[in-house]
Amino acid sequence: MTQWLEVCDLTEIPRLGARVVNHGALAIAVFRNADDEVFALEDRCPHKGGPLSQGIVHGRKVTCPLHGWNIELISGCAVAPDVGCAREFPIKIEAGRVWLDPVAAVSAAA
Amino acid sequence: MIHASSQYQHAVVIGGGLLGLEAANGLMKRGMQVSVVHIGPWLMERQLDEPAARLLQKSLEEKGMKFLLQKQTAELVQGESGRVCAIKFKDGDSAPADLVVMAVGIRPNTELAESSGLHCNRGVVVNDTMQTFDPRIYSVGECAAHRGIAYGLVAPLFEQAKVVANHLAQHGISRYQGSVTSTKLKVTGIDLFSAGDFMGGEGTESILYSDPIGGVYKKLVIRDNKLVGGVMYGDTVDGAWYFSLLRDGKNVNELRDHLMFGQDHCGNLGHSGINKAASMTDDMEVCGCNGVCKGDIVKAIREKGLFTLEDVRKHTKASGSCGSCTGLVEQILAVTVGGDYSATPKTKSMCGCTEHTHEDVRAAIRQNKLLTIPQVQQFMEWDTPNGCASCRTALNYYLISTWPGEAEDDPQSRFINERAHANIQKDGTYSVIPRMWGGNTTPSELRRIADVVDKYSIPAVHVTGGQRIDLLGIKKEDLPKVWADLDMPSGHAYGKALRTVKTCVGSEWCRFGTQNSTQMGIDLEKAFFKMWAPHKVKLAVSGCPRNCAEVAIKDVGIIGVDSGWEIYVAGNGGIKTEVAQFLIKVKTEAEVMEYSGAFLQLYREEARYLDRTVHYVERVGLDYVKKKILDDHEGRKALYERLIFALSIEKDPWVERAKEGKFAQEFASLTV
Repeated sequence: MTQWLEVCDLTEIPRLGARVVNHGALAIAVFRNADDEVFALEDRCPHKGGPLSQGIVHGRKVTCPLHGWNIELISGCAVAPDVGCAREFPIKIEAGRVWLDPVAAVSAAA
Repeated sequence: MIHASSQYQHAVVIGGGLLGLEAANGLMKRGMQVSVVHIGPWLMERQLDEPAARLLQKSLEEKGMKFLLQKQTAELVQGESGRVCAIKFKDGDSAPADLVVMAVGIRPNTELAESSGLHCNRGVVVNDTMQTFDPRIYSVGECAAHRGIAYGLVAPLFEQAKVVANHLAQHGISRYQGSVTSTKLKVTGIDLFSAGDFMGGEGTESILYSDPIGGVYKKLVIRDNKLVGGVMYGDTVDGAWYFSLLRDGKNVNELRDHLMFGQDHCGNLGHSGINKAASMTDDMEVCGCNGVCKGDIVKAIREKGLFTLEDVRKHTKASGSCGSCTGLVEQILAVTVGGDYSATPKTKSMCGCTEHTHEDVRAAIRQNKLLTIPQVQQFMEWDTPNGCASCRTALNYYLISTWPGEAEDDPQSRFINERAHANIQKDGTYSVIPRMWGGNTTPSELRRIADVVDKYSIPAVHVTGGQRIDLLGIKKEDLPKVWADLDMPSGHAYGKALRTVKTCVGSEWCRFGTQNSTQMGIDLEKAFFKMWAPHKVKLAVSGCPRNCAEVAIKDVGIIGVDSGWEIYVAGNGGIKTEVAQFLIKVKTEAEVMEYSGAFLQLYREEARYLDRTVHYVERVGLDYVKKKILDDHEGRKALYERLIFALSIEKDPWVERAKEGKFAQEFASLTV
């Protein structure tokens, strides 16, 4: 059962950028790409825990600011040959508003 | 001699020194039977010790040369034709000779000097300023005996002449202290090298390597932990390296264990990948940043079928951080895959998103007045929809530096540090370094810093190498408030930009100071403040040649001397330590500004993104820079004006964010 929570207006997320959304102790990075698609990943790179929200967004990928790993925004998984995944969360846009389910994390590895 | 060698059979060369042996070898190659007569107990005694000379003699004998050692010539015997037919020695022996070559070294002709009353002893005796016993008379070159040595080579003559010129011009600071010379014998198939004090003696220690069967002999002479001489026979690969250690007087104490085995066994000195990959063992570390050993790289290449440097980087991370081991990784790749190795193409594309080079892209931006990243990507047919972290940051810099005031800065194409205007740390917090003009600060600045540290519970305070104070562990949302409370200019420690201008206290305080280096530094820093560049830029100004501000490793370094300012460029203290090169000496502060600024603008306009000044100058050459900055006066002024114009548009990013509320979203998080 998905628990949708309203986050913000789409325009509050910079195009080719991200915002950090806090849910309790959990930090989620919410990305917006050039085509106005949105993605939500736990704000922790699978490599050394870098804040993915601070990376540069390109295509459907983000480059971690700490050591330059590229992470697929759709799956949260590192681009080969690097291995590892960040947790991914359900996210959607409705009437220009962004909605997120911070509980139902999708384990991409499963 | 060539003529005689075609008609006669027996040649005798008198003198078994360098020239004698080269002459003997030449005659032998022309078909003559050659005997070398030498007065000494072994050959080339000025360049070789006995064991090395014996090996040399042996291999020359194998080529057919004959040797008559410890023989003194008594007379040349005339034959019936009137031509020489034999040579007689003092011990009664003789040898047949149709051609006699004398190569008995230099003997100064001191007749004139002696008759004028100058002291001579195997040459005109001179002191360290090349003056004879009559101080009005100087002597240099082959006729001068300096500390008992008369040099027969041209390099010492030049050194001596420089000293004399200095002395005559009354710059009485330079002294000639003797030359270190090295020798290689130009005989095919014979590898021989000698330098310095190769005999050793009291107060020296020798390291020896001797392999008579393999024909290899090496001897290194050390005094006070410094290499003072060496002789090598059979394996001279490291001769140049030893000679540079010797000439530079480097302390070799730490290398001592490996010294004999050459440069390849002495670790990654200077971090430039000069080691030879093939001779490395699998457990030797190649990439010091990411801890990657040779074995890891070889394994990845074999198991994953890698063929390019880029592949190896992706899979092993070797050479992916600082890049200083790139050459070495390429060598390992070449050795491992052999003929299949595909070397990096000479013209390198910007990144995987395009085939175009940095130069192509810059030219297109300028010629077609492209003003945004999407325009460039569309015009140059990028392969990816919106580039990558590597090309977007470069394009953003190229646009704003080519069209200042017209192209708009794109925060989403800035690395996080330049977007947040602070340095991201491993735990996701940030560090803040406020600007302290020329390294000067005040009690009220220090109080404000202390108050900020308390108020925001900043966990660490660090004094940087650039004469500033680093506040570490600040939460991103606190950054604008921290900047507001500090009320100090942005230090740009986070940017590919002007960082610090390091200074000494100069003539204002220092008893040795010749110029007000502090004020010069402050003026430079204020003038070039907010300057974005292809990479970080560091300046320094010292008030005298003691150089306390470490000018020699800065992008632009200024040394104040009594008569003006010396400008040095393209030094580097980081991954690749490089000493800055002398550009020019100028008289006034205004000239320092113009020349330094023009050089920086040239770098800003022509360097590839992420090249430091050292890389740029290495690529284009210092002569090119000199042509642009020193010879072209109009061009220099225009460069300087373009820099000043570009800087006039930039604002202090901390003020914009702390006081004008700009980009507030960047620092605020959301909550659900």
